[in-house]
Amino acid sequence: MGWFNRRKTVFEDCDVLVVGGGMAGCGATYESKYWGRDLKVVCVEKANIERSGAVAQGLYAINCYMGMQWGENQPEDHVRYARNDLMGLVREDLGYDIARHVDSAVHKFEEWGLPMMRDPETGRYQREGKWQIMIHGESYKPIVAEAARKAADEVYNRIMVTHLLMDEAKSNRVAGAVGFNVRTGDFYVFRAKAVIICAGGASHIYKPRAVGEGMGRTWYAPWSSASAYALPILAGAKMTQMENRIVLARFKDGYGPVGAYFLHLKTYTENAYGEEYESKWYEQTKELVGDYIDSQPTPTCLRNHAFLEELKAGRGPIRMVTKEAFQDPHKETVGWENFLGMTIGQAVVWASQNIDPKHINPELTTSEPYVMGSHATCSGAWASGPADCAPSDYQWGYNRMMTVEGLFGAGDTIGGSAHKFSSGSYTEGRIAAKAAVNYVNDLKNEKLQVSEKQYQDLKTVIYKPLENYEVGRNEIVAGTVSPSYILPIHGLQRLEKIMDEYVGGISTNYMTNEPLLTRGMELLDMLKEDLDHIGAEDFHQLQRAWELHHRFLASQSVAHHTMFRKETRWPGYYYRGDFPKLDDKDWHCFTLSRYDRESDSWDLEKAPVHHIID
Amino acid sequence: MPTYVRTDKCDGCKDEDKVYCMYICPHDLMLLDKDGSKTGHAMKALNQEPEQCWECYACVKACPKQAIECRHYADVVPLGASVQPLRKTDSIIWSIKFRNGNTKRFQFPVRTTPEGSADPYGGEPEANMDELADHGTLFTKSTHDCDLDQFIES
Repeated sequence: MGWFNRRKTVFEDCDVLVVGGGMAGCGATYESKYWGRDLKVVCVEKANIERSGAVAQGLYAINCYMGMQWGENQPEDHVRYARNDLMGLVREDLGYDIARHVDSAVHKFEEWGLPMMRDPETGRYQREGKWQIMIHGESYKPIVAEAARKAADEVYNRIMVTHLLMDEAKSNRVAGAVGFNVRTGDFYVFRAKAVIICAGGASHIYKPRAVGEGMGRTWYAPWSSASAYALPILAGAKMTQMENRIVLARFKDGYGPVGAYFLHLKTYTENAYGEEYESKWYEQTKELVGDYIDSQPTPTCLRNHAFLEELKAGRGPIRMVTKEAFQDPHKETVGWENFLGMTIGQAVVWASQNIDPKHINPELTTSEPYVMGSHATCSGAWASGPADCAPSDYQWGYNRMMTVEGLFGAGDTIGGSAHKFSSGSYTEGRIAAKAAVNYVNDLKNEKLQVSEKQYQDLKTVIYKPLENYEVGRNEIVAGTVSPSYILPIHGLQRLEKIMDEYVGGISTNYMTNEPLLTRGMELLDMLKEDLDHIGAEDFHQLQRAWELHHRFLASQSVAHHTMFRKETRWPGYYYRGDFPKLDDKDWHCFTLSRYDRESDSWDLEKAPVHHIID
Repeated sequence: MPTYVRTDKCDGCKDEDKVYCMYICPHDLMLLDKDGSKTGHAMKALNQEPEQCWECYACVKACPKQAIECRHYADVVPLGASVQPLRKTDSIIWSIKFRNGNTKRFQFPVRTTPEGSADPYGGEPEANMDELADHGTLFTKSTHDCDLDQFIES
């Protein structure tokens, strides 16, 4: 009598299934239902879409807005900007596709009630920087979710999707997804013609700087548990740029954002002795990366690099000079709202440590690495591009379809399209949704086949941690130490330690090499064996167990990609000690991987980078 | 940097249609202890996993009794400060108290329209299905035509 036999199974048959109800998922749900008025569109979310995903807390700026209505920027320039920032390697077709559509999404947000800041002189949206506009974004997510909820046929909250279902009538075609309700434990089987993965990227795959009570205060949300990558990886989809993890230079301990401080408030950084330090590292950086150091603006990773070198030279801490700007009461208000609107924890750190930036220049730090597809980084699934501008190497099917038929993605899920942020992720969701509707219509009456065996087998796997706990628990008197199982938190901390020490985390100053990676992968393989012995006391812990599984798969992918790329493309994000320089001759390319579930093996290959914009 | 629930203020949302903190928490941290078996306090909520708390304040803002506060994370910052919001339908008021007793207060708008008023396809025409395979358009239309001068010929 296993745990899984006691649970109810709920079936939902639909045309378009959106997995994850963050910004990308809300965009996908919304656009799907417009084109697919007669189709059944379902969104499934592990939390509650009203406050889920990376924007749950709020956001103070929309970092991807062209302003085409006022002739401010053109999509072509955004492609150039993202390309420079990512040291030459972006999918220009995907980035262009988002940039040309993104403004219309922002206009909808305003229509639905998002308070936009406006320039008092021009009446236009208040610019924070060339691409960023400022908003009062405390309720950004609830507003966007409201429209998606009204558009969807059904939104399932509190269901964690663990695996995709595959069609048994045709190989390499998706047929839905399974998961469980994290409150009731009920098992959910979603049979769908098209699936759009809009799940979150990965926090907590590297050891964070705070490991006690404050471990949850990572820069990226702790609920971003790498489902964006694990779900496609398990389905055999090709992934790209998984080595391109991101490190953020942020205010210390709260990871409060610096964008508005640099761009709008015009604050600047200095070392402990009041000196400007970035220019000091120009020649050294040029040795490593060549002309990329001359790109304007300086690529994010290279600014991190100067920061790290200055610390290593013994001239830390690096501080943000706020004392001048904060004498202006308006700027002071902007500085505080920036945190209260999206990183309240930073306001808390300052209040607790008596740091008033009007009188004290606050410290900055660099975060542990994260894997995402939407910020100044572009890890994710390898997706087909738009037919009107994607080079033929990047086209094999519908727009944003992965290398698995019927499997689409957006936001953190899709690789190569950096700098999309909240508005671009939403827009990519819309783009993927329109293509998914087209795909479903083209399927016509073709029947997808999912046998009972397929989902029953998954059901057994999904609930196993509960059984492990129930069986093993009586061996021990009390406490968390069992010879038969480890708890999800134990597995998570082991994963973070391996990734930190062997795959370029904070404790090695982001440094790794082939011997370290080799050893790290051996340890990951042993952790994988132990993942069969995770014990979960209740459904909440079962959610943590599956978040760990997803983080593990993403981490393995990161390790393989990092091993494969034999250069240091993004100093400041990570370093290969055995290949310390950027190598355009051999590595001006994308890295692609595919995981084969049957043989438990990873295949890696290169794919060309095509520039479509001059 | 976790949230905690004040015993004297929490009533388990007994007169509400939902338990607000459980409803909203993005990380499934808040839990109503209905029978008091976990806490010794029946019909009170708790944060069941403080070390996973992002301090996003979703529960703090949503709580109808203002029963949830943050005690900032013990491994990083000293005791004594507080940052507390009062969220209304159109604005939010923040009160910040520093450890040394200094205070700051800010108010910001959160929404320009009534909650629940968003009209997803308001004013938009029915879908023209001939445009379904056209990458140059989403249904809101206001997109950018490719400036082919800036494209590399392939």
